[in-house]
Amino acid sequence: QVKHPVISLRFVFIFIVQMGEFKVHRVRFFDYMPSAIRAMVFSTRTERLALARADGALEIFNFSDNYFQEKVMYGPRRVAVEALCWVGPRLFSAGLNGEITEYDLENLRPRYTVEAYGGPIWTISVNSQGTLLAVGCEDGTVKMFEVLKERIQFQRNLDRQKGRIISLSWHPSGTLIAAGMMDMIRIFDAETGRATHRLLVDRGAGASKSKEVVVWSIAFLSDHTIISSDSAGKVQIWDGLNGTLIRTHLITKWDVLALSVSQDESSLVAGTSEGTVVQFQFISSTVDRLDKDWVRTRTFKNHSHDVRALAHTETAVVSGGMDTQLVVRPLLDKVEKNTRESAMRKVSFPHRSLVCCAKKAGLLLFQFPDHLELWRLGESDGYGKLGGSLPVKRGPEKLIQLKRKGEDHICCSALSPCGGWLAYSTVTSFRLYRLQNGSISICKVSKLPKDLLPAHQLCFSTNSSKLFASSSNSSVVVVALNELECKYLGTLKAKYGCRQPVHQLSASDNGKWLATANTDCEVHVYNLDKLKLHCTVPVYGSCPTAMAIHPTTSNLVVVHADQQIFEYSLVKKEYTEWSRRLQKQGLHSMWLERDTPITHVTFNPKNPAHIIVHDMFMFCIIDKSLPLPEAKNVLYNQMALRSLPEPDRVLHSHGFKICKDFQHLLCVSLLEDHSLVVVERPLLDIVSQLPAPVRQKKFAT
Amino acid sequence: MVEHGDIRVVRRGGSKINFRQPVITNDSRLLLCASGHSVKVFSTSTEECVHELRGHTDLVTGVVVKPSNHLQAYSCSLDGTIRLWDFTDGILIKTYDIGYSIYSIHTSAFHKGVVFTVTSTISDKKSESFQLVAVHLPQSGDQLVKAPELSAVISDVSSNPGAIVFGRGGEYIASANGLHLEVFFFKKQKTYRFFLKKDTKTGGKNTFMCVAAHPKDDCIATGHEDGKIRLWRNFNHQKEYTYSTLHWHSNAVSSMCFTPEGTNLLSGGVESVLVQWRYNDVSQRDFLPRLGAAITHIAVSPDGALSCTSHSDNKITIIQGIKVSAVLQGLVTGESVETDLMVDPRSKALVLNGKPGHLQFYSLKRDKLLYNLDIVQQEYIHELGLQQFKVVKVAFDASGNWMATVEERKQKDAEQELNLKLWAFDEQTQSFVLNTTVADPHESRITAMCFCQAAASQTTMLISASEDGHFKAWQLRRLAPGEDDGPSCLCDFVGAYRGLVPHCCCFSADGSLLAVSFQEVVTVWSPASWELLATLSQPPKAIRNLCFGRLSCSKYLLGTTDDHLLCCWNLLTCSLEWSTSMDISLLLGDPLTENIAAFCCHAGSTDLFVFKPSEPRPVFSLKAVCSGKVTHAVFAPREEMLESCEESSQWLNHSQLYFLTQCMDLMTFTTKAEEEKLMASSKQLLIDDSVAMTPFYLLLGKHRKGESGAAASGESAGRPPLPQGSGAVKELLRTPAHVLPSTSFLCSMFVKSLLVSVGDARSVESKPAEEEMESEKEEEDSEGDMESSASRPERGSLARRSAEPAAPPLTKAQLRELRRVKKLDHSWLTGLLRS
Repeated sequence: QVKHPVISLRFVFIFIVQMGEFKVHRVRFFDYMPSAIRAMVFSTRTERLALARADGALEIFNFSDNYFQEKVMYGPRRVAVEALCWVGPRLFSAGLNGEITEYDLENLRPRYTVEAYGGPIWTISVNSQGTLLAVGCEDGTVKMFEVLKERIQFQRNLDRQKGRIISLSWHPSGTLIAAGMMDMIRIFDAETGRATHRLLVDRGAGASKSKEVVVWSIAFLSDHTIISSDSAGKVQIWDGLNGTLIRTHLITKWDVLALSVSQDESSLVAGTSEGTVVQFQFISSTVDRLDKDWVRTRTFKNHSHDVRALAHTETAVVSGGMDTQLVVRPLLDKVEKNTRESAMRKVSFPHRSLVCCAKKAGLLLFQFPDHLELWRLGESDGYGKLGGSLPVKRGPEKLIQLKRKGEDHICCSALSPCGGWLAYSTVTSFRLYRLQNGSISICKVSKLPKDLLPAHQLCFSTNSSKLFASSSNSSVVVVALNELECKYLGTLKAKYGCRQPVHQLSASDNGKWLATANTDCEVHVYNLDKLKLHCTVPVYGSCPTAMAIHPTTSNLVVVHADQQIFEYSLVKKEYTEWSRRLQKQGLHSMWLERDTPITHVTFNPKNPAHIIVHDMFMFCIIDKSLPLPEAKNVLYNQMALRSLPEPDRVLHSHGFKICKDFQHLLCVSLLEDHSLVVVERPLLDIVSQLPAPVRQKKFAT
Repeated sequence: MVEHGDIRVVRRGGSKINFRQPVITNDSRLLLCASGHSVKVFSTSTEECVHELRGHTDLVTGVVVKPSNHLQAYSCSLDGTIRLWDFTDGILIKTYDIGYSIYSIHTSAFHKGVVFTVTSTISDKKSESFQLVAVHLPQSGDQLVKAPELSAVISDVSSNPGAIVFGRGGEYIASANGLHLEVFFFKKQKTYRFFLKKDTKTGGKNTFMCVAAHPKDDCIATGHEDGKIRLWRNFNHQKEYTYSTLHWHSNAVSSMCFTPEGTNLLSGGVESVLVQWRYNDVSQRDFLPRLGAAITHIAVSPDGALSCTSHSDNKITIIQGIKVSAVLQGLVTGESVETDLMVDPRSKALVLNGKPGHLQFYSLKRDKLLYNLDIVQQEYIHELGLQQFKVVKVAFDASGNWMATVEERKQKDAEQELNLKLWAFDEQTQSFVLNTTVADPHESRITAMCFCQAAASQTTMLISASEDGHFKAWQLRRLAPGEDDGPSCLCDFVGAYRGLVPHCCCFSADGSLLAVSFQEVVTVWSPASWELLATLSQPPKAIRNLCFGRLSCSKYLLGTTDDHLLCCWNLLTCSLEWSTSMDISLLLGDPLTENIAAFCCHAGSTDLFVFKPSEPRPVFSLKAVCSGKVTHAVFAPREEMLESCEESSQWLNHSQLYFLTQCMDLMTFTTKAEEEKLMASSKQLLIDDSVAMTPFYLLLGKHRKGESGAAASGESAGRPPLPQGSGAVKELLRTPAHVLPSTSFLCSMFVKSLLVSVGDARSVESKPAEEEMESEKEEEDSEGDMESSASRPERGSLARRSAEPAAPPLTKAQLRELRRVKKLDHSWLTGLLRS
C-alpha cells in the first residue's frame, strides 16, 4: 500500500535567522489521478469553458478570469458525458446512457434529466438561435428538442438513418443540419426533416479498407462548406450545396477525433490520436485575389495521448484529451507577443485543495472521487544536517480507506484539526463520522440535523467544535459538534440575491470569524458569536482562490485568481497598511506571470509576519516585515542568496521567499509541532499511469 | 628579382562546379554552371562540356538566364562585372562594370533591364554584411558599359544566393538571413519582416538556410538548420502571417526549389536524398536516395522536365523524373588531400584522393574525370565519427607500370591498420589491377614512399619509410607470362639509422643514389649494394623536404629544414654548397628540367621561387601567389612544348605547375602568350559597322532596342553571314545536298537575301572574303573531319548552329509590319538617314 516512504528531511532555508528551521514531511503517497477529458465546449458569450471528464465530472473554467476553475460538479451517476452544449448561459450534456441533462450551475448539481429514447447519445448541438437542440443517437435518429425556459421538450425526429449518428453540426442559418455517421455524412433540412444530401466518406487505405470509417466530428460553415474529420485520419472539406468533396487533408495515420472552428470561420483546428492539434486557415492563395482556400498551417504537439476535445476561442486553441491536461495554446497572430496572454498554459491539477490536514493530530485526508484516505504522518527523532534526510522512526500509516456510499462522487470533505471528526458530502447526501482511539475506529454519526444538506464546501472550526457547510444560495450552515450529538446552530446568509455557490470557507483560530468566498468574487465575513454578517470585503474583479484569517491579528488574507494578494483587517474593516503598500507598489511581474493559482494560505504561528502560500510549482513565505520586491529585483533569489556572504543577504533579500525544491504541489501546510507537510504528486507519476499512447515511428529509433 | 608581369595565377581545370546553383536552359539541353573564373556550358544529355565562357578575372559567383531572352545569360563575378553571354555560341556580348564585388545575381521577368545583385556593404568592408542592390543596365551599343545606377533594395541579406528568391512573377522578393525573413513587395514598396527564436524548447534550431517561392501562389518555403521546412503564407500581414511546418530532413536543409508549375517542392540536404513534396498534399513525399554526397543546390529546368542537384563532392546530377540521367563530375577535393598531387606518367592525369577510399584520375587537359580507382575495396558507410580506411600515400614508377598505394585506418582503441598495395598496369583493361597486398608493411605509419625513377629494368624498387624507424626497399618484378608462381614483391632491404625516424626519401634521377632523411640527418645510400655512402646533416632542426637536382644539376641534393633553412649539398664533395633562410613549405623538382620550385610561406601568403641549384639567381619568383600555405603541388608535363622565349617564362615550357591552395582550389600558372593563344581560339564578338541601312534593319533595330541594343548586334554578328545575291545562291546550289543545313534555316536566309535590295552593295563588297572562309569552314566541319581539340569549342558551336535555327522567329505582327514596309516607298527614309 505504501508506495513512497515518507522522507522527513530537515530542510533549512537561507533565511534561517529570521524564521528558524523546518522539519519537512515530504509526502508522495497521495495517488491522485485526474481523469481523461472527454468533451469541451466554449461559450464566447460568457467566456466560460465547460469541460467533461471521463469520470463524469464537469468543470467550468472562467477564461476571462485567468483560466480559473470556477466550478466543479458531478453528474448524477458515474456515467460518461459524451457531449456538452451551451445554450446561452445554460449547460446541457448528453451521454451514452441516452439522457440529456441540464445543470444547475448555482447549486452545482444536475437540474433535470430527459430520456431521448434513441439509445446512447453521441452528440448534441444547438442551433445558432438557441431554440432547438439536436441530439444524434445510436439508432440513427437525429432528435430535435425545443429549448423552453425551464426545460426542454421533444419536438420531432429527422429521417431515421441506418447506422449511428456520431456528430452533428447546424448551419448558422438554422435551416440545415449536417450529421456525421459511419462511412457517410448526411445533410438534413431542419424544417422538413428530410435528408437532402448523402456524402460518402472513403475509407482508409490498406488493411483498414474493410473497417468502417467513423466521422468523428463535423462543422457546417456559413458558406455551406462542410468540414469533417474521421477515423481514417482525414480532414475533408466538402461543398455542402452540391455535396461534392473539395479537398482532403490526410493529417495522421490514426483518428482525427475533434474539430473546432473559430467564431469568424477563418481558422479551424483538428485534434488527432497522436496528440497533435493541426490548424487550418482560410487563406487566399495570392495577395490580390479574393477566393480563399483552407490551407493546413500550424501543428501543435502538446499532448502525449488522444486529443478528444477541442475549443477554438478567439485568441487560443484549447485542447484536452486522454492525458488529462487542459492546454490553452494562444495563437500568436491573435495576441500580443511576449505578454501574459501569449504564454501557453497547462491545467493539470484542480484549482482547489483535495488534501485536508489535521494540524494538531498530524493526519492527512486525501479526497478521491470515490473514496477517502486517512493517513498518519511518519515520525523522526533524529537530527540531520541541513537539506539531508532524517532517519524515519515510524513510517506513515494508512489508517482508513473510506469508500463512498452509493454511486455519487465525493465532492467535498473535511477533517477536524483534532482528528476526531471526518465529514464528506456528495451531490445528494452528507455524512459525518467520528474517529476515535487514535483514528483506528470510525463510526458514522447517524443523527444529523435536517438542515445539513449536501454541501459544496466543508470546514471545521479550529477547536473542532463546529462544522461549517456551505449550501445553496451562498448560505453556510453551522453545526455544533460534541460527543453526544450534533446540533444545528443556524444558517449564515449573505444579502438577498446572492446565488453563486461558496467555494472557499475559512474560520479563524479564535472561533470568532468565518470568511466565505463565492464565485461571484464576493467575500463575506461572519461573526460566529452573533451568527451574523460582520462585513463584506470590497469586491475585487477576480475570483478568490485561497484565503485565511490570521490567528493573532485577525487579518483576512485573500489571494485572487489574477495572483493579487489582499490583506483585510476584520477589526478595522479596511485593508491593512501592508496591503495598501503592496497595491501601491504592485506585485513583481514574475509573480503575476505564474500560471497556476495559489490554492492554500496558512500562517506561521511563531512569526506572525509570515504568510505561507503555495501553488503547483512553488511555495512562498511572504515576510511582511521585509521590503517588497521591486521590478528590478530578481523574484526567485533564494539560490543566489545562498551563495552570498551573510551581510550582503540583507541587501538583496525581499519579502517573497520562494522555494521551488518541491514540485507539483497539492498541499503545503504547517503542523502544530512546527513541521511542514508538503504533499507532492509528480506529473511523471501521472503520466506513467496513463494507458500507452498510439505507436508512432520516431526518427532514429 | 626577375620581372614577371606576364605570368599569372589562374584556375584552369578542376575548379568547383558546385559553387553556385546551376542553370538549365529553356530547352533543357544545356546546363550552365559557374566554375572558377569561367562559366561552363554542359550538354545535359551527353555530359560533355560544350563551351567554357571565359572572360571574368575573378571567381564567378552567379549565372542566370536573361529573362527577356532565353538564349542569353548573365554571369556575375567578384571582379565587379556582369557579363552577358550568348551561351549557345559561347560569345561574350556585353560587359557591365558595376565596380563592386558581386556575390550573387537574381533576375525576374517582372523587372526589365534591371538585375539584382548582392554586394557587400560599401561603408564598412570588414564586417560581413551584404545588401541587395538593383542595377539598372544601361541601354547602349558599347561592349563595355558602366552601370552607375545602383539602388539598394534590401540591406542585411545573406551572401548565400539560395537565401534570396523572387516570388510569383517577381512581384516580391524574399530574403532570409540568420533568424529573420524579409519580404519586399515592389508594387507597394513595402517590407515585412518575420523573426524566429533561435532555438525552440524542443531543441530545434531555427536559423534560415534557404528560401524558395511558389511560382503561382503566395507561398514562401524556408529551410532551417534543424531540417524543418516552413511554408509561409499570408505574409502580406505583419501579424496575421502563418506558416506550416514540414519535417523530414534530419539535418539542415541546404537547398530547395519549386517546380515551375508549383506542384512539387524539391528539397535536399546532407542526407544526400532528394525529397519531393507535393505542394497540395504535403503528407505525400517521393524520395530519390543514394545520390552520393550532400546536396548543395537544386535547380529545375523551366519546362520542368529536368532537375539537377549539385553535390558537395563537386558533382552535378541531372535527374529526369525521379531517375538520374546524367552525372557531371568535377575534381573532388575534400578537406584534405593526403596522397599529395601526383601525375600518372602514362595518362598524364592528375591523381589524388577522390571519393572515400578511391583515387581519382583527372585529366587536366580535358578538364574531365577519367575514372575512379577503388583502392580500399570496402563498403563506405556514411556515419559521423566512424573511422574508415583512408588512402594516404600513392607513388608511380617512371613508366607508369606500377603504382603503390598505402591505406590506413586508425581506430580509437584498436591498433593502426596499414596496407601497402601494389598495382600493375594492365594493358588489356587499360587500368591498374591489384597485384600484391602487403598487410602491415611497417609497424607504424608510413611517412614517405617513392619509386626508383631509373627506367628500363626488369625490376623496380620501391622505398617506404615509416615512423617505426626503418625504411624498407621492395623489389617488384613483373611476372613473365609463363611463370605464375613466386612472389612478385620482395622486401629487399630494411634500413635504419641510429633509431631515428625517417621522414623523407628520394631517389636520384638515375636511380644510383637514395637519400633518406632521419630527422636532421640526411643519409645517402647506394641501392645497388645497400651501403651507407654518406651522411649530411644540418642541425638542429629536422629535414622537411628532400629533392635531388636533375640533368646538369644532378650533383646537388636539396633539403629544407624546420627552422626555415634551404640547404644545397654537393654530393661530389659531400659538403654544403650553399644555404639560405626561407620558410619553405614545399620543395618540388621538375622531372623534365633542372628547375626546382619552392613554395615559401611568408606572412600569411605564399611566394613562389623557381631556381636552378647551380645558379644563385632564381629563374622566376612571384610574390603572394595565394593566401595561406601551399602544401600540395605538382609539375604536370606538357604534351606539346611551349616555345616561349622570354626568360622568366621559360621554366613553364616543358611542364606546368599546379598547386592546391588552402581552400582546396587547384591553381596553375599561365603565361601571356598562352593566354592569348587561348583567347584567340575562343570566339570574340565582332562589331559589324557595315550593316546595311535597310528597312529590315531599321525594323529589327527598332524592335531590338527595346530589350538590349547590344544583344541585337551581338546576335546578328554571331550568326554566319548570310549568303547574299546570286553568288550566295550559286554557292548554295553548288554544295552537295547532304551537307546542307536544314531547309527551314536556308529559307529564311534566302528570303532575307531577296528582301535586301537597296543600299547593301557596300556591305556585300566589304565581306566576301570572310564569307567565303566561313562557309568553307562549315563545309569542312559538316563533313565530319576530326580536328585537333584546339578548335573544338568553335566547331561545337558551328555544329550546333547548323542544327538549330538561330534566328529568332518573327511574330505575325512583325511579319505584317514587314510587309507594310515593303509596300511603302522607303527611299525617302534612306535619304533622311543619310542626311
